[in-house]
Amino acid sequence: MNGETDITGAGGVPDPVTADLRLSVNGVPRPVTVDTRETLLDTLRESLGLTGAKKGCDHGQCGACTVLVDGRRALSCLTLTVTADDVEIVTVEGLADGDALHPLQAAFVENDAFQCGYCTPGQLCSAVGALAEAAEGWPSAVTPGLSAPPRLDETEIRERMSGNLCRCGAYPGIVAAVGQVAR
Amino acid sequence: MRPFTYERPADVRSAVAAAGRPDAVYLGGGTNLVDLMRLGVATPRTLVDVTRISSRAIEETGGGLLIGAGVRNGDLAADPLVRRAQPLLARAVLEGASGQIRNMATVAGNLLQRTRCPYFQDVTKPCNKRLPGSGCPARTGDHRNLAILGHSEHCVATHPSDMAVALAALDALVHVEGPDGARTVPMPGLHRLPGDEPDRDTVLAPGELITAVEVPHLPFAARSRYRKVRDRASFAFAVVSVAAALDVAGGVVRDCRIALGGVAHVPWRAEAAEAALRGAAATPEEFARAADAELARSSPLPGNAFKAPLLRNVLVRTLADLAEPAEPAGFAESEPVETP
Amino acid sequence: MKTEARPYVGAALERVEGVEKVTGLARYAYENFPDDLAYAVPVQASVARGTVLAADVDAVVRLPGVIAAIWHGNAPRLAPADNAELAVLQSDRVAYRGQYVAVVVAETLQCAREAARLLRIDYDAEPHDVELRADHPEMYRPDRVNAGYPADTELGDPDAALAAAPVLVDATYRTPAEHNNPMEPHATVAVWSGDGLTLHDSTQGVSALRETIAPLFGMPPENVRVISPHVGGGFGSKGAALPPVVLAALAAKHTGRPVKLAVTRQQMFAVTGYRTPTIQRVRLGADTGGRLTVIVHEAFEQSSRLREFAEQTTTPTRVMYAAPDRRTAHRLVRLDVPTPAWMRAPGEAPGMFALESAMDELAVACGIDPVELRIRNEPAAEPESGLPFSSRNLVGCLREGARRFGWADRDPTPAARTRGRMLVGTGVAASTYPVYRRPSRASARCEPDGRFSVRIAAADIGTGARTILTQVAADALRVTPDRVRVEVGDTALPAASLAGGSAGTASWGTAVVRACEALLEELDLRGGDVPAEGLEATADTAEEVGEQPEYARHAFGAQFAEVGVDLDTGEARVLRLLGVFAAGRIVNPVTARSQFVGGMTMGMSMALLEESVMDREFGDYLNHDLAQYHVPTAMDLPDVQAYWIEEDDPHLNPLGAKGIGEIGIVGTAAAVANAVHHATGVRVRDLPIRLDKLVR
Repeated sequence: MNGETDITGAGGVPDPVTADLRLSVNGVPRPVTVDTRETLLDTLRESLGLTGAKKGCDHGQCGACTVLVDGRRALSCLTLTVTADDVEIVTVEGLADGDALHPLQAAFVENDAFQCGYCTPGQLCSAVGALAEAAEGWPSAVTPGLSAPPRLDETEIRERMSGNLCRCGAYPGIVAAVGQVAR
Repeated sequence: MRPFTYERPADVRSAVAAAGRPDAVYLGGGTNLVDLMRLGVATPRTLVDVTRISSRAIEETGGGLLIGAGVRNGDLAADPLVRRAQPLLARAVLEGASGQIRNMATVAGNLLQRTRCPYFQDVTKPCNKRLPGSGCPARTGDHRNLAILGHSEHCVATHPSDMAVALAALDALVHVEGPDGARTVPMPGLHRLPGDEPDRDTVLAPGELITAVEVPHLPFAARSRYRKVRDRASFAFAVVSVAAALDVAGGVVRDCRIALGGVAHVPWRAEAAEAALRGAAATPEEFARAADAELARSSPLPGNAFKAPLLRNVLVRTLADLAEPAEPAGFAESEPVETP
Repeated sequence: MKTEARPYVGAALERVEGVEKVTGLARYAYENFPDDLAYAVPVQASVARGTVLAADVDAVVRLPGVIAAIWHGNAPRLAPADNAELAVLQSDRVAYRGQYVAVVVAETLQCAREAARLLRIDYDAEPHDVELRADHPEMYRPDRVNAGYPADTELGDPDAALAAAPVLVDATYRTPAEHNNPMEPHATVAVWSGDGLTLHDSTQGVSALRETIAPLFGMPPENVRVISPHVGGGFGSKGAALPPVVLAALAAKHTGRPVKLAVTRQQMFAVTGYRTPTIQRVRLGADTGGRLTVIVHEAFEQSSRLREFAEQTTTPTRVMYAAPDRRTAHRLVRLDVPTPAWMRAPGEAPGMFALESAMDELAVACGIDPVELRIRNEPAAEPESGLPFSSRNLVGCLREGARRFGWADRDPTPAARTRGRMLVGTGVAASTYPVYRRPSRASARCEPDGRFSVRIAAADIGTGARTILTQVAADALRVTPDRVRVEVGDTALPAASLAGGSAGTASWGTAVVRACEALLEELDLRGGDVPAEGLEATADTAEEVGEQPEYARHAFGAQFAEVGVDLDTGEARVLRLLGVFAAGRIVNPVTARSQFVGGMTMGMSMALLEESVMDREFGDYLNHDLAQYHVPTAMDLPDVQAYWIEEDDPHLNPLGAKGIGEIGIVGTAAAVANAVHHATGVRVRDLPIRLDKLVR
C-alpha cells in the first residue's frame, strides 16, 4: 500500500546515502556525487547532461537505456551508478568520431531505421554490442549449432536485437541497417 | 527506493559478515533486485555488492564444470566449455531475457530471481510472498501464467528462470558459503515449494552466498533440448518450458532427465515422467504416458488449465525429437494433418 | 482544385532530423533543465472508487529533500474543466484505480520517488464495477461518437432483410483494452515566470494543448507556451491534454519551482488513455452468390465516470460495402475504469477486425474466395450517405495485393497445410480510413541569402512530418529542399491542428502551400527583391477547409497475412504480412513506407499479442508493464511489406494526399485472424490470438 511503512516511528526513514565517484563516460573522466539509489541512466541524463540514453520503462523491459559497459551492452536503468566507478561507459553520444557518424548511425539514417527516434540510441548501442558478440562467436537462441561460429543472417539479427523494443515498428530498417554494417 | 548503504566487501568472508546485518542483501547483476527495489517490493538498507568477489571462472573439474557464481549469463552461454559439455545449459540461457540482460545477470542472481507474478510485483495489492498473511489474489484473479504443479492455497507463483530449469534437469550442485561455513545444495532442492511459507523462495539461510554452481558431466545430455513456449517470439518469459535429455539404446529409454519451467514455484524436476520412461520403449505412446504421469500431479486453476495439454504436447514432442533422428530440412507442403 | 506534379513531393528525402536522432542530440520533453529544477512524482489511488479521506503530507514534507506534497486538500484551485479528467487534485473523489490523488515534489528524483512511496493516504473505498458486458443495465446510446459521428444509423428494414437472407453470418467479436505504449512515456517540464507558463511537453499538438491548459489556470492562451520539437511516439495517446501535464503545471505553480514530471510506464496504464475494449455483434445477410443484402454492426464499449469517450467502432461499416438494408449502433457504459481515449485508428481498428472477420466467415459460408467476395460488394457511392467517392481503389488494392502476395492458387480448405510442425494459412482483409483536414496556419519567410524558413506549430511524432513539409515547401517555393528549414512543435509558431486522424499532411501541407504561395506572390510584387530584414507571408486555411465540396473521402487498402501455428503449442506467428494501400499521392516513399509498416506491425501485435487485463477484484489494468503487456520485438514479424497505388484525386487538398498514419493498422488483425482460421480451422473471435485459444 502507499504509505504502508510507518514514517513517523523511530528509525523509520533513513537519510539518503551519497557517494563520490569518478565515472568514465565516452572516454572522459566524470567526477560525480551520487545518491546510492541513483541509476546510471538517471546519472547520465540528469547529472551529466547525456540525454541520449532514454528511459522507456525503467525496468529492463524495453532496451531504450542500453549503453556499453566495458564494451558489452547493458541496461543503464538497472545499473546502480555507485557500482559503475571502475568501468568504461559508452553512450550513443560517444559512438560518432567527431562529425563522422559511426557506420551504424549512418546505416540507421540510410535505412530509415527509426521514426520517433526514442528507441534509437538504445538500438544503436545494442547493435554495437551485438555485432561485437557475434564477432567473438557468441551463439544466440536461433543459432543452429553451438559449435560453429554464427552467420549473421536476418533471423540472427532479429533475435539478437529483440531486447530493444520499437513501438513505431521500424524493425525492417533496423535489421537492414545492422545487416549492412555486419557485412 | 529506500535509502541504503552500499558496500563492496573484499572477500567472501567479509561479504557473508556484512550480509548478516538486518535488511542487508547481496547485489549481483541487479537485473531483478534493482527492478524490485524501484517497485518497492525490495527495501534493503544495505546492498552488499558481490560482483567483484564472485568468481567469473568456468573450469573443468573431474566430474563436470564448476561455474563461478559471478559468471554473467552472456559469458556462460558463449563459453566454449559450456557449449561443448553442457549444451542444454547454454540453450536454456540463450532462451532467457535479452542480450543486454544476459550480459548483466549473474549465475547466482539468475537462480535467486523472484517470481514475475503480477500481484507480487504490485505493492498496492496483497501477496503472501511479499507480505505473509495478506492473501493471494492470483487464485481468483489473473493466474494465466502461474503454477499448475506444487502450488498451495497461499501462493501460485512460478519461478521465472530458464537457466534454473536446465540446472534442475542436470542435477547441478549449488555451492554456498554462509555464516556457519560452506555447504552444497543439490538441484532440484535449492528452490522450495510455497506451502505455507511462500515468502521463502529457497532453502538458503539468511546471509548464505552462492559461490559456484557445479554441473556434473552427463554424457547422454549431449542429446538434449530446451524447448520454450512463449506468447511473444522473443524476450518473454516462458508460458511453459521443457529441458530434456534422453538416453535411448535399442529403442528403449535407458535414462532421461526432464525438468519443467513456467509451471511451478520451483524449476520442476519431472520425476514421475522420468520414472515412467526409464526402461520404457522410446515411442510417442510411452512419451505420452510419461507426460500423463507427471500431469497426474498437477492441479490447474481455471485460468491456466490450458497449460496441462500444452505441457503434454510439448513434452511428448520434445522427447520424440530427441528419440528420433533430426527431421530433414525443408517441409512437406499440403501434407494432411489434423486440426490442432 | 488541381494537383500538379512537382519534383520533391514524391521524392525519397531522408528524414531531416535523422542525424540528430542517431547521435542522441534530439531533445525530448524531459530533457530540459531550467535552473532551480525540482522533480515531481505522482501518487496514484489504490482504490477503484471512493473518497480520499486524508493524506499525511505533513509527515512526507519532513523527509530529506522534499519540497512539497500536494493533494486536493492543499492544491491550487483550477478553473472548472469540460473534461473532468483534467480537474487534477480538485476533489476528494476517486473515479478509477490509479487516478492521480497526490504529487510529491523534491530536490532529486530519488527523494521524490521515495516520498511518493511513503505518502500515507486513507480512503473510504466503495464497491466498484469494472466489467464490460453487452447486457450491462447501464448501457446507453451516446449522443454522438468520437469525431462527431452519429451513434446510430439505419437504412431500409435490416431486421426483415436478415430474416429473409439466404445466407446469414451472425457472430460476436471481442477486442480487449489496448494501451498505446509509445516508447517515450508522457513527460513535462513546467516553468512559470510571472503569469506565463512554459511547458516542454511530449505532445501531438502544441496548439491544442495550450488552448486546453491556459483556461484551467485562468489565463489567456497567449500566456502559455508549449515546446515539443521531438516526440517519442504517441499513437493517439499524446493527442489531448492528460492529467500528467496539468499536474506538472500545478506542482510548479504550488512550489514556485520549475518542475519535471515523467509518467512511469506502469502509470501509463491508468492515466494516459487506452483503446476501449469492445464487444461487437455483426450480422451479414447475403444471397448465395455472396452479394450482401443487409449489414448490421452493433458495438458495446466502456468509458470512465469522468468523461464520455465513445469510440466510433462501427463507422467503417458505413463506408465499406453495398447493401440496401443496414444498421450500425454504438452503446456505451460508464464504469469505474480509467478513461479510454484515442489509440491509432480509434473505431476503424477494432471495428474492421469484426467486420472483416465476418466477411471472411461469409466467404466461407458462400464458398467464395474472400478477395472476390469483397469485389462483389463494392459500392458505387458511399453506401449510407450516397455521396460520390473522391476516389476509391479498394478493388485495385485487393487485386494488386493478391498478385504480389501470390493469392491466386489458394486452396480455401482450412487446416490443410503444414510446414514442419506448423499449420500454415493465409488470410485477407480490407482496410479503410477517412480523409480529414483541419484548419491550420503557417508562415513562410525568405532571407536575403536565398534561404527560406517555414513555421507551423505542427508535430513530428515520428511520422516524418518535418521532412515531408520540407518537400512540400520546396515545391511550393520552387527551390531545393536544402534551402528550406521547417520549424514545428512550438506555440511560438503559427497555430496548427494536432497530429491525429491521419490529417497532418493534408492539414499542415495545405497551410504550408498557401503560405509559400503567398510569399512567392509578395516576392513577385517586389520583383524578386528580398529586403534586408527578410520577407514573410502567412496563411490560414480555415476558410478553404470549411468550403470543401461534398465528397466521400477515404483511403482504402488490402492486407494479406500468412500465419504459422505450432501444432504442439498453438503458438501463432505471422510469417508474412503484405499491404497495398490507395491513399492519394504519397509525399515521401521512405517515410510513408515506415508509416504503413509501423501500422501493420501494430495491427499484427493487436492480433496476436496485446491485451490489457482488467483485474476485477482491484479494478486496474493488471499487466501494466512491457514485460507483461507484449508489444512486438524484431522477431515477431520477419516479413512485412507495404505497397501503394498512386491516386490522382483532385478533391482532397493541394497535395492530393490522403492520410497514411493509421490505415496500416486497420484490417491487419482480421487478416491475421482469417489466416489463423485458414491454418487451423479455428475461428478466434476474441483478440488477441494467443496459444491458449489454439492449443488442444
